[in-house]
Amino acid sequence: MSPRLARTLVHLALGALTLVTLVPLLWMLSVSFMPQGEASAFPPPLLPHHATVANYRLLFNSNGAGRYLGNSLALALITTLCSLVCNSLAGFAFAKLRFAGREALLRTLLAALVIPSQVAMMPLFLMMKWLGLVNSYAGVVLPAAAGIFGVFLVRQYALSIPDELLEAARIDGAGELRIFVRIVLPVLRPILVTLAVLTFLGSWNDFLWPLIVLTDQSMYTLPVALATLSREHAQDNELMMAGAVLTVLPVLLLFLALQRYYIRGILMGSVKG
Amino acid sequence: MGREGEVVATLLPQFQRLHPDIEVRVQQLPWSAAHQKLLTAFAGEATPDLCQLGNSWIPEFAALEALEPLEAAVAGSRVVASADYFPGIWQTNVVAGRLYGVPWYVDTRLLFYRRDLLAQAGFASPPRTWSEWRQMLAAIKARVGPERYSVLLPLNEFEPLLVLALQQPDHLLRDDGRFGNFESPGFHRALEFYREAFSNGWAPPVENTQIPNAWEELGRGYYSFYISGPWSIGEFKRRLPPEEQGSWMTAPMPGPEGPGASLAGGSSLVMFRRSRHKAEAWLLLEFLSSPAIQRRFYDVTGDLPPRRSTWEAPELADDPYTRAFREQLERVKPAPRVPQLERIVTEMRLMAARVVHGDLSVEQGTLELDRTVDAVLAKRRWMLARGAGR
Amino acid sequence: MRAGLAGWAFAAPALIIIGVFFFAPVLGAFAVSLTDFDLYALADLRNLRFVGLDNYLELLESRDFWRALGNTCYFVAAGVPLSIGASLAAALLVNSRLTRLPAFFRTVFFAPVVATLVAVALVWRYLLHTRYGLINWGLGGLGLSPIDWLGNPHWAMPAIILFAVWKNFGYNMIIFVAALQSIPGDLYEAAHLDGANGWQEFSRVTLPLLRPTTMLVGVLTVAGYFQLFAEPYVMTEGGPLQSTMSVLYLMYEQGFKWWNLGSASAIAFLLFLIVLAVTALELRLSRRREAA
Repeated sequence: MSPRLARTLVHLALGALTLVTLVPLLWMLSVSFMPQGEASAFPPPLLPHHATVANYRLLFNSNGAGRYLGNSLALALITTLCSLVCNSLAGFAFAKLRFAGREALLRTLLAALVIPSQVAMMPLFLMMKWLGLVNSYAGVVLPAAAGIFGVFLVRQYALSIPDELLEAARIDGAGELRIFVRIVLPVLRPILVTLAVLTFLGSWNDFLWPLIVLTDQSMYTLPVALATLSREHAQDNELMMAGAVLTVLPVLLLFLALQRYYIRGILMGSVKG
Repeated sequence: MGREGEVVATLLPQFQRLHPDIEVRVQQLPWSAAHQKLLTAFAGEATPDLCQLGNSWIPEFAALEALEPLEAAVAGSRVVASADYFPGIWQTNVVAGRLYGVPWYVDTRLLFYRRDLLAQAGFASPPRTWSEWRQMLAAIKARVGPERYSVLLPLNEFEPLLVLALQQPDHLLRDDGRFGNFESPGFHRALEFYREAFSNGWAPPVENTQIPNAWEELGRGYYSFYISGPWSIGEFKRRLPPEEQGSWMTAPMPGPEGPGASLAGGSSLVMFRRSRHKAEAWLLLEFLSSPAIQRRFYDVTGDLPPRRSTWEAPELADDPYTRAFREQLERVKPAPRVPQLERIVTEMRLMAARVVHGDLSVEQGTLELDRTVDAVLAKRRWMLARGAGR
Repeated sequence: MRAGLAGWAFAAPALIIIGVFFFAPVLGAFAVSLTDFDLYALADLRNLRFVGLDNYLELLESRDFWRALGNTCYFVAAGVPLSIGASLAAALLVNSRLTRLPAFFRTVFFAPVVATLVAVALVWRYLLHTRYGLINWGLGGLGLSPIDWLGNPHWAMPAIILFAVWKNFGYNMIIFVAALQSIPGDLYEAAHLDGANGWQEFSRVTLPLLRPTTMLVGVLTVAGYFQLFAEPYVMTEGGPLQSTMSVLYLMYEQGFKWWNLGSASAIAFLLFLIVLAVTALELRLSRRREAA
């Protein structure tokens, strides 16, 4: 096979795969600008005849999309913030601070990674009910405010901090909190960005738990609202696609901006074992 | 709930002019979340004073002893006259002999059909009996060919089969709702008719998620009959182009031998036991139940009123589309009044879908359904034996 | 001593949250699974009965549970190899010396992974529509008759698998690309000098060196695919004919639709045990193969 032919074949395959990957997303975008009913036709129209933003207007004006967007944003941001604080503190402690029971705890946490989160869901719901947190932001944020995976992610990275650096600071009389803020956090910055991106995307895309714990429509996140809307308005194709665009676009943009960090998270997650 | 909540808010100023000393706060719930939300509110002891409740949920909330019985209040009321209500609808609020709600608006299902397509097939008027209906279904199917159908019976909706089953003399449950009664001859007949509609190609074996827009599809003639409720009147008026507006009409459900029954659906107004404002809540309930207010409510929402006197209003009495509903409402029956109703009709629907797909025979299906339903009702039997939770 | 206190203090917030909102409910789930916790019990705890292992026994006898487990296994058995195959193919393409703009393709292939599942599942619901969907239109172009993807009990699960492969292949691709890049180039040169052709290079050098990665990716993907839920929730509501009802979907319905929290907890535990057993089996098999 000549090099040129091989190159052409490789790019043909890449092109086909690109098409398969992108067509659903582009079609979603295109249909979201079609007037109601236009997409229910055969053959399916690829581009809107007369592009319109009516679906988006309808979403915001009568379906409360602004509210859901706000909920999603607020929940993802709060969760990310909590997770950054809790996981970075714990990750650092598990990497660099000696304390009684550390190794046993570490092993327990590692073993618990295999328990799927759904096992906890029923009692968690009852617990939230007794705490009065059903249908509140706290009910969504608290269970995600710290996570075993996050702790390990930070710990893995923090292990590489040289002990001498910390010792030197201690000899200078700095307290642990001061050392953490002044010395450790700057070093951890890249992994914290990774953790933030992973947490934000995870929280934004989360579905099952918000579906269970948020009972009031005014509290819904975008995915939950979209799923509900799709059950009540199964017939409004174009409206649904506009909702899908609204839900997907923020995370896609975030990913494009910070993909380097995101991919690092995946790779660290996959080699942690 | 949903749209109704918004409309009530607009009616309230009038109530407050009558009772300036009562302060009313309205909270709206979306239908899809209302059930869970109310249960959570009940568990958290935060139930409202007065509430709109889907009438099929009343047995469940009654079993939780969350609802205030209303017989005494109704007996002493000059506004809520039980005889003025359609009896089938009224019955949905009676659980084990006690009254827990007052009907607010009604939902029942009947036929929406294409007059022109029926006429082309040689029929001048809609069916009154199952055998007439069968003839029409067959004739339409013969005309439209393999790509189109006669009737839409979405396999993921339980209502069409439930309506057929309610038309039978046999009850769906026996022994005061302790056991399933699906092996009865009546349910057999209903299920057989349902199965036949698919095996003869009259109905497409699809779920409603496969029909992107049920109203437009009727307009396109994908099928000629559609079993639906009052909300569809508004949908057809809104969604079909002007040139198709004359082609559709409503008709009461045909029955096995003559005009048939349908499901007594809808919403009731209930008062919660824990309320500390029962007298005030009752005044509001009476206000919302008065024919004049119900008429305004219909004008805005299109929700059908449960009282005969309200139906004398010209916009209801003279409307060609609501006329069939008026007739149907005299023949509506409540679904079995047990807390597990929703689970039971879901199991019924799943079983029926398997029969339609040929996985089970009608006999096997009803046998298996009785077994499942008996298991679902096990805790209810235990509760009844303990003398708790009627 | 000071470091010990500080260590606990630093770890405490995370540990408390994980303990209260994860470990405690997991233990609680086992307790609840031994009761008939339902709506009546939610209203009044006096209506709660201890039922021992009855929930588990009932599940093992119920058609729905086996149906759900069968569907889930189908999804895993077909979906995991397809996903990993697609990931590996994409990784090889992206990593090929011949490829221009590898970063661009990598980003494109990864886009579905970050896209919100509920939203893209909705998109696919329309792509798969029998009469108006792009996919059947494409099939028509190839002269094939349309398939009622989500309405036909035989096609609904394949459709969901197709969707899952599309959604997820980018994730494992990233891991494969990293593993491919860690294979030293001189190994290929040596193979080349030995006269190996492209296929032989792949099967004798690349595949064996990728085995640990493949194993890891396989274990993680299997565990993830057992947790199928949102796809059927959005695309089929578990239908048609319960052909896409997964174990988690059954758990959700039992728990939060019918409020049988006892039975739902038992389902969750059974699923956990199954995943644990399958993972252990996979690890043992891979060890045996490495030993051989």
